[in-house]
Amino acid sequence: MRKIASRAFAVTLAAMLFAAALGFMRARAEGDDAKSGEGTTINVYNWGQYISDGADGSIDVNAAFTEATGIKVNYMTYDSNETLYSKLKTGGSTYDVIIPSDYMIARLIREGLLAELDFNNIPNYRYVDEAYKNTAYDPENKYSVPYTWGCVGVIYNKKYVDEADVGGWDLLWNDKYAGKILMFDNPRDAFGIAELSLGYSLNTEDPAELRAAADLLLKQRPLVQSYVMDQIFSKMEREEAWAAPYYAGDYLTMLRENDNLAFYYPREGFNLFIDAMCIPAGSDNKEAAEAYINFMCDPSVSGQNLDYLGYSTPISGAKDYMDPALAASEVAYPSEETLARGQTFLNLSDKTLQEMESLWLGVKTAGGSSGLIYAAAGIAAIIIALAIIFIRRRRKLARRRSMYSK
Amino acid sequence: MRNRLLSGPYLVWMALFTLIPLVIVLYYALTDSATGSFTLSNLAALHNYFPIFLRSVWLAVVSSMICLLLGYPVAWRIAQARPSRQRFLYMLVMLPMCISFLLRTLAWVSLLEDTGIINNLIRALGLRPLPLIRNSGAVVLGMVYNYLPYMIMPLYTVIMKIDRRLVEAAQDLGCDGRRVFLKVTLPLSVPGIVSGITMVFVPAVSTFYISQKLGGPGTALIGDVIESQFKAAYNPNLGAAMSLFLMVLVLACIAVMNKFTGEDERVATV
Repeated sequence: MRKIASRAFAVTLAAMLFAAALGFMRARAEGDDAKSGEGTTINVYNWGQYISDGADGSIDVNAAFTEATGIKVNYMTYDSNETLYSKLKTGGSTYDVIIPSDYMIARLIREGLLAELDFNNIPNYRYVDEAYKNTAYDPENKYSVPYTWGCVGVIYNKKYVDEADVGGWDLLWNDKYAGKILMFDNPRDAFGIAELSLGYSLNTEDPAELRAAADLLLKQRPLVQSYVMDQIFSKMEREEAWAAPYYAGDYLTMLRENDNLAFYYPREGFNLFIDAMCIPAGSDNKEAAEAYINFMCDPSVSGQNLDYLGYSTPISGAKDYMDPALAASEVAYPSEETLARGQTFLNLSDKTLQEMESLWLGVKTAGGSSGLIYAAAGIAAIIIALAIIFIRRRRKLARRRSMYSK
Repeated sequence: MRNRLLSGPYLVWMALFTLIPLVIVLYYALTDSATGSFTLSNLAALHNYFPIFLRSVWLAVVSSMICLLLGYPVAWRIAQARPSRQRFLYMLVMLPMCISFLLRTLAWVSLLEDTGIINNLIRALGLRPLPLIRNSGAVVLGMVYNYLPYMIMPLYTVIMKIDRRLVEAAQDLGCDGRRVFLKVTLPLSVPGIVSGITMVFVPAVSTFYISQKLGGPGTALIGDVIESQFKAAYNPNLGAAMSLFLMVLVLACIAVMNKFTGEDERVATV
């Protein structure tokens, strides 16, 4: 009886599976109609929290793209230009669209990691403002199409930070706020802040200046709660940290969650960046990728997307599709006078980059209480050695004893 | 002949996914990033990170010891329980492992943070919040919490197998409870202790996620540095050299621990 029951169960299960498979296949077949890009999937690799994803009633850009073209989007994120670079360099994964920042684009071009774009497939490029063409990182406009631009400033919490301490980068070195300060977890942005505080150029290649910047970062380290990138959102919103340097657009996103937050552009100057869409060399779906880039340059898409992100648009026409308050915001679109203090990153020589990386690793790993650790390790080693000798002796004795007893 | 055939698939697997990667690690550790020529400079650069290696080993040793002290009584108690009960208790020990390791660590973050659950509670009581997170203590806590089951499992298996008659014989010959434990149970459970310590120590010494989430800037472990070399700094050569040294360090630690067991009860080293 039991056997029959179990067999009946197995048959039912098989039938259900078959029906499910049939249904799935039919659904696939129905989906396969007309649209040109049907069946292709592109891999888009973008910064974390850097696209409007449909949250809070905003536009879901990737879904809208799939709807318009039929091309599916496999969307992945990274947290710094350096992570993106490592991924591209290590190989093994193919991306069709990436969105690095200016200096990284220059580096990728120099190392031959980007494919030249076919602008016939990107007609919407005509909407991009002249100011964001012929840039230092891509002087001939061959490899990149700007996605956003923005500036780095200081975000702080009005509840805890004294207004008198606000205004310059020195807030991040103020020991009144020890343990409540966040810092960039990538060498270029972190060194940039130290260099600006010291009055150096953001693109200095002078080893002595780099070392001075590293020393300044080392001095800051005891005050730093964590070196973070995307984690900054939750840490600032929940008031776990009180002051942090970050991108202006992200401040506007955080402000929606916590209105105690405030923002300023430091008086010593700040980094002004452009993030642009590129196609890595070796992309399998270049045309579909270009369609994606084209879609992003549509003023209505760019406007709605950046309305949610808070970053600044390189397409003036897109402002018509934004919340007018954002389009007039002094944070997203600073005045000419403020912008004059901005500096852009240029790509550095390999030697300087290496030097910066190793100084940065030194800053992040500098030993705190290494003397104590050495002492503890020494004592532990002695105890282990003694224990081994002791056990050996006992074993020898035991062996001798058992020999006699036989 | 037949036995050899049976182990074939595993040997192929080992060769493809263990031996060849090891050779690649060795190759990267001994070559220059720019030119690809043979160099010892990666290994020479390791001395800068010596304090971090020591800190990693130290924190891993401390957490193994705490795991042992916490885990031994639990394993012993489970082994004493009725068989039907044993299975249930054993399952309770394993239960946390059904939840993702990352999720459990993140849960600790939201408990321990300055604005976390515990500190909010303390603040609600009108007391000063405690510095619970971003120190070595929090990292050790994370390690102990995550790796404790790995200590209890081998201990339980070994203690359960101890011949009850030996314990009874010791009692008959006039040993009190303390001496039965010290002279019979403890020596016979040494293999379990050693494999338990190994199973906690090895993942703890190379961890990076726990120290990133629960530690502060001052508690970076060697796993963090290796991760950064591959993920952000793109210096796989230095990263490989560090991994190589860590591997040697772990093997040395296992070799030392094997000194504590008899000839026939050693923990396999690779």
